[in-house]
Amino acid sequence: MKRYSAFALAREAFRNHSGWERAWRAAVPKDEYDVVIVGAGGHGLATAYYLAKNHGISNVAVLEKGWLGGGNTGRNTTIIRSNYLQDESAAIYEKARSLYETLSQDLNYNIMFSPRGVLMLAQTEHELRAWKRTAHANRLAGIESELVDPQQIKKIVPIINLDGPRYPVLGGLWQPRGGTARHDAVAWGYARKASAMGVDIIQQCEVTGVDRDANGVTGVQTSKGAIRCKKLCFIVAGSSGLLAEMAGFRLPIESLALQATVSEPIKPIIDCVVMANTVHGYLSQSDKGELVIGGGTDGFNNYTQRGSFQHIEETIRALIETFPVISRLKQLRQWGGIVDITGDRSPIIGKTPVPGIFVNCGWGTGGFKAIPGSGWATAEMLATGEPGVLAQSFSLDRFAEGRMIDESVAAAVAH
Amino acid sequence: MKRLPTGGRLIDRTTTFDMIFNSRRITAHPGDTVAAALMANGERMVGRSFKYHRPRGIVASGAEEPNALMNMGEGEWLEPNQRSTVTPVVKGQSFESQNHWPSLEFDVGVINAKLSRFFPAGFYYKTFMRPRWAWKHLFEPVIRQSAGLGKAPDQPDPDSYEQFYAYTDVLIVGGGIAGLHAALEAGRAGAKVLLLEQNPNLGGRALVDVVDIDGKPSPDWIAATIAALEDMPNVTIRTATMAAGVFDHGYVTAQEQVATYTQGSDAPRHRLWRIRATRIITATGAIERPLTFAGNDIPGVMLAAAVRDYAELYATAPGERTIIVTNNDDAYRTALTLHSAGIAVPVVLDARPEATGTLPEQARAAGIRIETNAAIAKVHGKRKVTSVDICDHTGAGDVRETIPCDSVAMSGGWSPVVHLWSHCGGKLNWDEANAMFAPDPKRPPTGDDGEGFVIPAGSATGDLHATQALANAAEAGRQAAIEAGFTPSVGAAPLATAPTEYPMLPVWMMPINAPYKLRSKAFLDFQNDVKASDVALAAREGFTSVEHTKRYTTLGMATDQGKLSNINGLAILAESLNTPIPQVGTTTFRPPYTPISLAAIAGDARGPLFKPTRKTAMDAWHDANGADWEPVADWRRPYTYVRDGETKRDAVHREILNTRNHVGMLDASTLGKILVKGPDAGKFLDLIYTNMMSSLAVGKCRYGLMCSENGFLFDDGVVARLSEDSFLCHTTSGGSDRVHAWMEEWLQTEWWDLQVYTANLTEQYAQIAVVGPDARNVLESMGGMNVSREALPFMTFAEGELAGIPARAYRISFSGELSYEIAVPASRGQEFWDAALAAGAAHSIMPYGTEALHVMRAEKGFIMIGDETDGTVTPLDLNLGWAVSKKKEDFIGKRALEREFFHRTDRKQLVGLMPENPDDVLPDGAHAVEPGTNIYGQKNMIGHVTSTYYSPTLKHGIAMALIKGGAQRLGETLSFPLEGGKVIKAKIVDPVFYDKEGARQNV
Ligand SMILES: Cc1cc2nc3c(=O)[nH]c(=O)nc-3n(C[C@H](O)[C@H](O)[C@H](O)COP(=O)(O)OP(=O)(O)OC[C@H]3O[C@@H](n4cnc5c(N)ncnc54)[C@H](O)[C@@H]3O)c2cc1C
Repeated sequence: MKRYSAFALAREAFRNHSGWERAWRAAVPKDEYDVVIVGAGGHGLATAYYLAKNHGISNVAVLEKGWLGGGNTGRNTTIIRSNYLQDESAAIYEKARSLYETLSQDLNYNIMFSPRGVLMLAQTEHELRAWKRTAHANRLAGIESELVDPQQIKKIVPIINLDGPRYPVLGGLWQPRGGTARHDAVAWGYARKASAMGVDIIQQCEVTGVDRDANGVTGVQTSKGAIRCKKLCFIVAGSSGLLAEMAGFRLPIESLALQATVSEPIKPIIDCVVMANTVHGYLSQSDKGELVIGGGTDGFNNYTQRGSFQHIEETIRALIETFPVISRLKQLRQWGGIVDITGDRSPIIGKTPVPGIFVNCGWGTGGFKAIPGSGWATAEMLATGEPGVLAQSFSLDRFAEGRMIDESVAAAVAH
Repeated sequence: MKRLPTGGRLIDRTTTFDMIFNSRRITAHPGDTVAAALMANGERMVGRSFKYHRPRGIVASGAEEPNALMNMGEGEWLEPNQRSTVTPVVKGQSFESQNHWPSLEFDVGVINAKLSRFFPAGFYYKTFMRPRWAWKHLFEPVIRQSAGLGKAPDQPDPDSYEQFYAYTDVLIVGGGIAGLHAALEAGRAGAKVLLLEQNPNLGGRALVDVVDIDGKPSPDWIAATIAALEDMPNVTIRTATMAAGVFDHGYVTAQEQVATYTQGSDAPRHRLWRIRATRIITATGAIERPLTFAGNDIPGVMLAAAVRDYAELYATAPGERTIIVTNNDDAYRTALTLHSAGIAVPVVLDARPEATGTLPEQARAAGIRIETNAAIAKVHGKRKVTSVDICDHTGAGDVRETIPCDSVAMSGGWSPVVHLWSHCGGKLNWDEANAMFAPDPKRPPTGDDGEGFVIPAGSATGDLHATQALANAAEAGRQAAIEAGFTPSVGAAPLATAPTEYPMLPVWMMPINAPYKLRSKAFLDFQNDVKASDVALAAREGFTSVEHTKRYTTLGMATDQGKLSNINGLAILAESLNTPIPQVGTTTFRPPYTPISLAAIAGDARGPLFKPTRKTAMDAWHDANGADWEPVADWRRPYTYVRDGETKRDAVHREILNTRNHVGMLDASTLGKILVKGPDAGKFLDLIYTNMMSSLAVGKCRYGLMCSENGFLFDDGVVARLSEDSFLCHTTSGGSDRVHAWMEEWLQTEWWDLQVYTANLTEQYAQIAVVGPDARNVLESMGGMNVSREALPFMTFAEGELAGIPARAYRISFSGELSYEIAVPASRGQEFWDAALAAGAAHSIMPYGTEALHVMRAEKGFIMIGDETDGTVTPLDLNLGWAVSKKKEDFIGKRALEREFFHRTDRKQLVGLMPENPDDVLPDGAHAVEPGTNIYGQKNMIGHVTSTYYSPTLKHGIAMALIKGGAQRLGETLSFPLEGGKVIKAKIVDPVFYDKEGARQNV
């Protein structure tokens, strides 16, 4: 892997950029791998990278039916924060957030992590109490996150309408080192480094079946032929139910389209991420200048990654009330991604009923922020065969046991 | 260039007025677009590009324009990124070009252009990584400032917006000859037809490129057809209305630029149409493609058809010497138009080996020089075109000749507008001959019946020639009518005759073997500064999927969403990868077709209409009597009634003590009230509630709990059995809609065999709680029904009259006091309120608000949904096991509650807390810790405060909390470390702080 740097750019500038090599190898599937990961989204690629980096396991394939990063990883609104309420969640999201801090340097790829701060508004007394509780929990969990009052909020986000004819802003939970990153770059950066460490990333390779014998998994059937493996991990977000069905088990997951939209680019008007849960809308501004706006999930299960109008409408209304100056801007594009929602809105990282098959899914509407931590924990599980400290609470059997990790209390919209 | 001596179909040349561009006065005619007026005033540079801040001029004449975007208006009227090519001129309106500082002519950002060789596609992924802080604090801020286009206003929007709903059999998008004729066919068949055209005028290309239709010149045929359509009552035409998105089930959004709107008028500025159509005809036409050659972005280089448009429609032109470069016959029309308007056309450069079609021959006959196998090697000029280097198209750019000129009209062929066809899943075919993606009629977007619901028509099908376009439009109109259930009349379709055109030659890079030096100056995406060399670089680096290329280079991500750049870009990608174009495929087309205003999406649901506040019958009284409002779900409720000289805290304490000692009154109307009626009502409620409801006697009340399937408590309230087959279920104020929907979901999807109806009666009743030791006296003095202990014992209700008002009186208590809740018809709520106040005066009655309610219920250890519950708490955790039936065979949550984890003794359980210091009040949500850390290295948190108040009754801070194993820890003292190092210690006590025996309420 040739290093990226300002120096390399300058060198290439004088030879017409002819010296840049492929960011990742165009790998051809081998017959067998130690580990096969299905799904080259952020979570799958990060898992492959940490398998190679932390555990020295690089005889790994990541199989992707489309193009890497083309699922939710390339469709999300890129909010990164870790001020979650429950201990287990706080631990894994904070691990992820702290890895994001140095990810550009670690991967030698500018993933543009920008700790511009995430502000979650409280617009009812009830919400304010919930954030107070979260602030207490975060402080004790070692996560920097504080309660701010309306005046502080106005300083952080001058364009906000504090009084709101409807729901006045009563306060907010502010995580100064939360922020955003460039979603594609996260996928590409992990892919590049993992590939350089020997991981085969195979695109246009759809898994169509799972091979197993009495002892467990033996391999997968794909659109590029059969591939044998010792361990198999599904990291396919909205398609998790489909893969589980191929392997003969079921997952407590619903697949729903989550809507998002961006405005036309304008000069900077907002520097941080604001989430307004009472009225359902969240907003940040990308480096290109587009307002990045997240909506809600459609009210029905489906697998088409299409936009629908209803949620966008509700969200835009909420945001115009909160930020009246955006009213005259224009919607540029809207889209949907299929998110994988569990009963308690927390992810599943763990073993499955089939020996040798592991699963990482259920990140739902909020898994971009978790990519490094999730990859780290999943790699550990795949390397050792057992979930480690970060992953153990997120096992699949928690639903049968009733051991829910419910975050919905702290965020109606769980991004 | 000023106006041409002739032409100007859309403008009124007899009138002129002024508008302002960059503080300069611009003269315009009514009917001009802003771009046309700028052109007619000789303005060439109209903006700066996104990345390199290069000078940019007008390229197109429609919504596909990538460059001529303006800040329109000022102050609160400011609107950024306004497409000047589709914005009609308005007298006195001001416009400002975008993305430069300090001015369009002298832009500091040009430095980016100078350094462009260091900034190829994706350069930012490769650098700015060190030092680590520098991205956030140095590089990113600079990038953010230099990116973005227009400015947002800094004030709220003074305009209004509205939404229209329409249902139609056939929706036709596009008012060119195809759309008009399809409308005529469907309309004649009797179908209800709605035709939308994005431009203010109908007719499309045939207004400019005149063809013969049934013996008439097309403009005359268009006028006649419009007249015929206007005569049909079942046909509606809306101009200046752009269909933005096609969604599932024939749902279409469109934005109308309201014609009667002027700045400051009452008319809405935009109108968002929400249309449900049985069939949608996309007669959306085609868009011309630019050619990719070095310098194709210099102001003065335009699309050939756009040049024609400006000449024919607005009588203006980009220059006085225009070179034409093409790969097809169509662009010769531009040569002929300019020539006859007196503009010099030094040469037509045709990339094809020969040019012998009807149109080229006409050009030749007119004396225009034509060069074949010819290409532009490079355009010279900085802020405007000065000359063009000509070369062989099949070569590598060796200059044959340099020809001075001031403008270039280019045509790379046409692409049908397939966006709306594709939004909802319509598939495309690659048409090799015309080098374009066209709708595959066999793979349309399908509705719930599996049938296609979008039908392309006219040149949007890929049939660019007028004859075929009109013929297929007739077909489309009839097909749509039939599929919507109508019978079209049979009759010959009109016949359009136009010169035949010879095949075009696909040209992606011009010249074919252009070296890097030229490719790195040949732009694909003018706004985002994506060049041919960038796409090649992306391909080399493995970004081989179109989606990767798009994201890596930002090709097609500008405000025109790739209308001009997509096909050229993916052809260059295909070329770099050495694969056929169809294999590379297109990126996904996403709504909206052209950006629509956020305000239109919000419509009139703004300000007070955003989420209308629900108000109880006594709202006005509260407001007039010192209510300090608190939003509670969609309602507003008095938090407390503050009197002169009081703080809120004083007021709350006064209300509590008065209620405990005398009598208080609460507006409890917001409580949800759901009527459940039917022979199976009892059975149904047994399934919905954890406790038994079917056994409740008529006239009695019972407190009930509802759990989710997962066994978590989510709502509670008192159920009253009104009669054998009807129950009134009270819910929390915030929960009434949710609970009602929940009941309906179960009834409709799981237990549809139960004979039960539900109705949400929440707003039918005003409900007033009269609470306190004197409550009975007050009611008795109002006169009417018997409310004595014997006639109306605790947990019963009775119907009758109080103060002459029909009333239902419930003996229930949420405060621990003797308490009645009186439901009266909402229309008489205020009357009852007044009567109770009057009757209570002798007992010093006072209203109390939500805070007093909360404190009193906490003193009694009653839980509050949302405080003591958070979606993870079961009834057992809250010591409410008694309300979970062990007898019932089933109820929602039963199986979940049996899980082993729910019976562990170390679960978080409800306890009461008394801080060691009586004046201490634990903060909301404070956590208790034990020494050490947990497996994650976090402080050992063992639970948190769920409700916390200062109790004026007990003169002591009190709190409720969920603490691990709390049920076994009575008497223990816990530590709550707060911010800043303070630790509050509190002792675990019974959560019922006051009147444990219930002596006060049961009197
Ligand atoms: C609109 C939207 C907004 C969001 N906003 C945020 C946010 O602000 N913050 C946040 O933290 N999270 C957000 N999320 C959630 C976040 O995007 C996801 O949780 C996260 O990206 C999931 O990553 P993943 O790698 O698990 O899945 P994906 O990125 O979806 O990757 C799964 C991959 O599996 C592949 N695959 C599926 N089936 C097969 C098969 N049979 N064979 C081979 N490959 C297969 C898919 O093609 C896909 O590439 C948002 C999501 C959406 C849709």
